[in-house]
Amino acid sequence: MKLLNISGSPHVHSDESTKKIMWRVNLALVPTLIVAIAYFGLNALLVALISVAACVLFQWLIEKFIMKVPSTICDGSAVVTGLLLALNVPATREMLWLVIIGALVAIGIGKMSFGGLGKNPFNPALVGRVFMLISFPVQMTTWPKPGENLFSMVSVPTTDATTGATPLGILKENGAEALPQVWDMLIGHMGGSLGEVSTIAILIGAIYLLCRRIISWHIPVAFIGTAFVFSWILYGCGSSNVDPLTTILTGGIMLGACFMATDMVTSPMTKGGQLLFGFGCGLLTIIIRTWGSYPEGVSFAILLMNSVTPLINKGFKPKRFAC
Amino acid sequence: MKTFAMGGIHPEENKISTSAAIEQMPLPKQVVVLMNQHLGAPATPVVAKGDKVKVGQLIGKAEAFMCANVHSPVSGTVNKVDVCKDPFGMAKPAIYIDVEGDEWEESIDRRPEIKRECNLEPKQIVDKLKEMGIVGLGGATFPAHIKYSIPEGKKAEYLIINAVECEPYLTSDHRVMLEHAEEICIGISILRKALGVPNAYVGIENNKPDCIAKMRETATKFEGIIVEPLKMKYPQGAEKQLINAITGRKVPSGKLPIDVGCVVSNVGTTFAVYEAVQKNKPLIENILTVTGKHLPSQHNYQVRIGISYADIIKQAMGELPATTGKVISGGPMMGKAMCNLDAPTVKGASSVLVIDEDEATRARETACIRCGKCMQACPMGLEPYLFSSLVRNGRIEEAGEHNILDCIECGCCFFSCPANKPLLDEIRLGKNKMRAILAAKKK
Repeated sequence: MKLLNISGSPHVHSDESTKKIMWRVNLALVPTLIVAIAYFGLNALLVALISVAACVLFQWLIEKFIMKVPSTICDGSAVVTGLLLALNVPATREMLWLVIIGALVAIGIGKMSFGGLGKNPFNPALVGRVFMLISFPVQMTTWPKPGENLFSMVSVPTTDATTGATPLGILKENGAEALPQVWDMLIGHMGGSLGEVSTIAILIGAIYLLCRRIISWHIPVAFIGTAFVFSWILYGCGSSNVDPLTTILTGGIMLGACFMATDMVTSPMTKGGQLLFGFGCGLLTIIIRTWGSYPEGVSFAILLMNSVTPLINKGFKPKRFAC
Repeated sequence: MKTFAMGGIHPEENKISTSAAIEQMPLPKQVVVLMNQHLGAPATPVVAKGDKVKVGQLIGKAEAFMCANVHSPVSGTVNKVDVCKDPFGMAKPAIYIDVEGDEWEESIDRRPEIKRECNLEPKQIVDKLKEMGIVGLGGATFPAHIKYSIPEGKKAEYLIINAVECEPYLTSDHRVMLEHAEEICIGISILRKALGVPNAYVGIENNKPDCIAKMRETATKFEGIIVEPLKMKYPQGAEKQLINAITGRKVPSGKLPIDVGCVVSNVGTTFAVYEAVQKNKPLIENILTVTGKHLPSQHNYQVRIGISYADIIKQAMGELPATTGKVISGGPMMGKAMCNLDAPTVKGASSVLVIDEDEATRARETACIRCGKCMQACPMGLEPYLFSSLVRNGRIEEAGEHNILDCIECGCCFFSCPANKPLLDEIRLGKNKMRAILAAKKK
């Protein structure tokens, strides 16, 4: 007679898997990617493809030849890192090769050196991005101007004929008069990295993730809320020339709050911890934007909060049943 | 609608045997009656080889404090008094009886009429429960006479009847409620009297509207029986969660329900209480669901204890399907996979669940991504992912400090884990080691 399986209870499992979660995150990033391609043309698509391919390849190589473990590239996590990295760089021609270096740092140092998925203390895509920002400051802050109309730039790029500044760059240099309109900021008609231009596209993806219960509202709301309130206070007492609405609609706050700060691996596990984490991210972002030498601070803010996540996890325990 | 405060999951219900009316399982040639069918010490055999026994005759006497009487489920001759392996391969003292006819003890009232009046005093009711070997049929098989002897200084305020049946697949409680609602209500009234509480609350999940309607209708004829529909969520049938859902009270860590003024009884037990107190019938039968997605037919059986699982399977489906991966005693969330189907059923056995190979095989474990789903699912507010790594690294006492012993082993964490980590396996290991550490410290 055939032997019976006698593994312990429970004998049924939900159909959740890491793979499903990762591919759903990828799906949630698609609207943002489409808007980026619409505004920045083929360059944006190429940057994304190269970044994703490089991340997957580096992970495969490291797992096969250095760690000598079964490959996990199918779980989609390297694709998430690749996509997020691409959405964090400008769509210029230099990026077509620079992003490969970013991918190597993101996957090689940010993720695999700690043991791979689940063990990295920092968001790998941000590790790659910050490395690139510090190493190639000029290339990382040279922004292509978005097409005048949707899809007008979907053509083979010849040269980066025009370069435009990001709203935050404009503010740092020229003051508030030269800013784009709120509507342009919502649909993404402004300079910036691939993924930080369209608030609406980001929110579509974020709502999908909320419905799928892959992220909860705590980190994004705390992050964006803190940034809004803090910048309002600074605007009100004259310490800053950026109104709160512009603050949250420009730069990487939306992308960071919805997709990067909510990374399961590197953010706290309890709701209370997540609120504190989001608050810290929002506060640090505005501090760096207002008093730092960089116009943008989202990446640094999230990485700094990543580093205190274990501490937050220690301090914020779930409420026990009868305590 | 009420439910418990924290955690919980929604597994697929799969209540496919709901419409199967209770059938009588035919008697086999031989039954094997285990001497520990309950929580606590085994009963002492009071018959010897060659003795003739009748249905309902005492064959195992409760001598220890935590113990329950065992009665013969059949009439016939004692073949031997020996040991027998239980469904999980553990040898237990047992009495083998060769079945001859079906002759019952004269004291047992076998007439079909329902007997409503009960004139016994609380103390007499408890003695009756002890005499008839009644144990809790919800899973823990806790001897009933101990539960209804309220210790000095404690006071029962609530009697809660657990008719939740939150485990997927199981339908035995469902069928008993539909077919024996009146007897159940009489049983509840008897327990209410034994405890001296004003009201009994019957908790039923809202996925059983027919049971809620039937019990509500029947309860109108009785005093102090309140049917409480509950919002579906697993593990609502866990004692602490059910108390929380119905009363809002929380049983503290390491305490018993009576410490918050509650006594919880399974609905199947109340039927056994009715039969014991009103009809003088000892606990010799279970209602048992035989189910599985791939079985040709679904059944609910009334089964004498001591009939082997192999006999039940033979009656229900002839042979196990070729693709069978697991045969489980109990539900898919907390039941145990059996390795010895020749073993006899015992008091409290609720089901034979047959699961196909592909469902029985666990998916490969991947890395923890700290999603926190295990923590959100935990109805006790614990941190399963943390226990997993602490136990793997041998840091048992640290796991103890994080209340590992509060785990009720409901399986919500493992069910929810996208990385397929065997969280509950590790927690069970950790709990056992933690108990050993505590026991060593006491000495």
